[in-house]
Amino acid sequence: MVSVAGPSSVLVVGASAAGLCTAEALRRKGYTGRLTVLGDEPHLPYDRPPLSKQVLSGAWTPDRARLRTEDALAGLDAEFLLADPAIGLDPATRTVRTASGRTLRGEVVVVATGARPRELPGQAGLAGVHVLRTLDDALALRAGMAGSSRLVVVGDGVLGAEVAATARTLGLDVTLTGPRPAPMAGTLGPLVANLLAEVHAEHGVRLRMGGRVAALAGQDGTVTGVRLEDGEVLPADIVVVAIGADPATGWLGGSGLPLDDGLVCDSRCRAAEGIYAVGDVARRHDERLGGLVRLENRTNAAEQARVVAANILGADLSYSPVPYFWTDQFAAKLQIHGTLPTHADADVTVVDGDLAGRRFVARYSHAGRVTGVLGWNMPKQTRLRRQELLETHTDRTSRSVLTPTAVPGGDDAPDLRSGHRAGRPPVLSHGPGGGLPVRPAS
Amino acid sequence: MKVNLDQDKCVASGQCVVAAMEVFDQRDEDGIAVLLNDSPPADQADDVRHAATVCPALAITVEE
Repeated sequence: MVSVAGPSSVLVVGASAAGLCTAEALRRKGYTGRLTVLGDEPHLPYDRPPLSKQVLSGAWTPDRARLRTEDALAGLDAEFLLADPAIGLDPATRTVRTASGRTLRGEVVVVATGARPRELPGQAGLAGVHVLRTLDDALALRAGMAGSSRLVVVGDGVLGAEVAATARTLGLDVTLTGPRPAPMAGTLGPLVANLLAEVHAEHGVRLRMGGRVAALAGQDGTVTGVRLEDGEVLPADIVVVAIGADPATGWLGGSGLPLDDGLVCDSRCRAAEGIYAVGDVARRHDERLGGLVRLENRTNAAEQARVVAANILGADLSYSPVPYFWTDQFAAKLQIHGTLPTHADADVTVVDGDLAGRRFVARYSHAGRVTGVLGWNMPKQTRLRRQELLETHTDRTSRSVLTPTAVPGGDDAPDLRSGHRAGRPPVLSHGPGGGLPVRPAS
Repeated sequence: MKVNLDQDKCVASGQCVVAAMEVFDQRDEDGIAVLLNDSPPADQADDVRHAATVCPALAITVEE
């Protein structure tokens, strides 16, 4: 690999997929300078999507969720500083302070701190109430479920639906509650979400949809149930709160960097001179959509990292991906390319297979343009249909709306505290941009 | 370059085919990835590395 010019040092704040992939892409592109990766968790980089599925179910031991082997990490020639959260950043000197008292400086700083799950009021002091974002969260929830029989999942987004499916498969009595009429209705629209509701019901998940949570009920410091606004109490000895996540920017307060539902960046993923953002925390200007966009999904972390690394090394690439996420619930494997409009005038057409056979591809259009495709147990055909999306994607006048995430803690469920939706849709206009996601040369 | 694909890990996302369609395909029935060429030429190497990076199941490994 040819050595390339670049900064003398790069400090990546965040040791999950986005941070790790940025570090790897830098090395792959020939960067030979100093590379430091700072992480708040004690674990070596691991993958989050399996946490709500294979790790929670016990099908995988936790080490199988590792993103890379120790040998591969050693080969990166990067210094990993773990279990030490960043607590402040001075953009002028690009100096990061950490909880343990370290002061770290990078000629370039990459912000990859991800997102934090939202909580319900009163959750913190109540035993038996869980969130799911980290490996430790998943192991705590798994241990909690082992000694419990009645689980209530609060949140009807992808994470809540996955947790409900996994817990039911393990034999728990499971109730799923959320404000929408069906699981993932806010992401998939009524046609597919209703089918998903059928699947959950057939497997014995009790659905209490269309209601809002008033409070957690507890006794002697332990949760006993979830009280809905209509007065009904859903009894529980364990509760999972999956009501979305907020970008982890608290440590940047006072830095003067632009914070608004994420670290705000230009189309090059640059927040300020020498400061970039990548992954769930990054809210970047999307030239194609003509607005600010923040994506919480696993594929975005890897793809955006590649562009960020190239730009750090002197390229000038904009980033405008075709979003992709997937979810596995019971026997249903869903794959979503692009964005799915869920409002009433969206056009959803089954273009391959059929709903009754539970093997199909649905095409989502709005205002005559294809914005997304969804596959249900039809992966190859779904990916082939992605091409129709690309044809729209390259159209300079295309519009779209965002889908949320398939990452634990990065859910699209509403914020029950304030009543507004997480992952607010970007302000969209007929922007001047266009073109496919830029594929940097190596 | 030598490419390895672990079909047991594959979750049929098809992201590898999107990244490097000369090297990967998917089975029609379940979408599981298939390796078309385990020793791709140099001009496909970067696409293959990208495929390994974006694979959500970490099912692709590359030996340089």
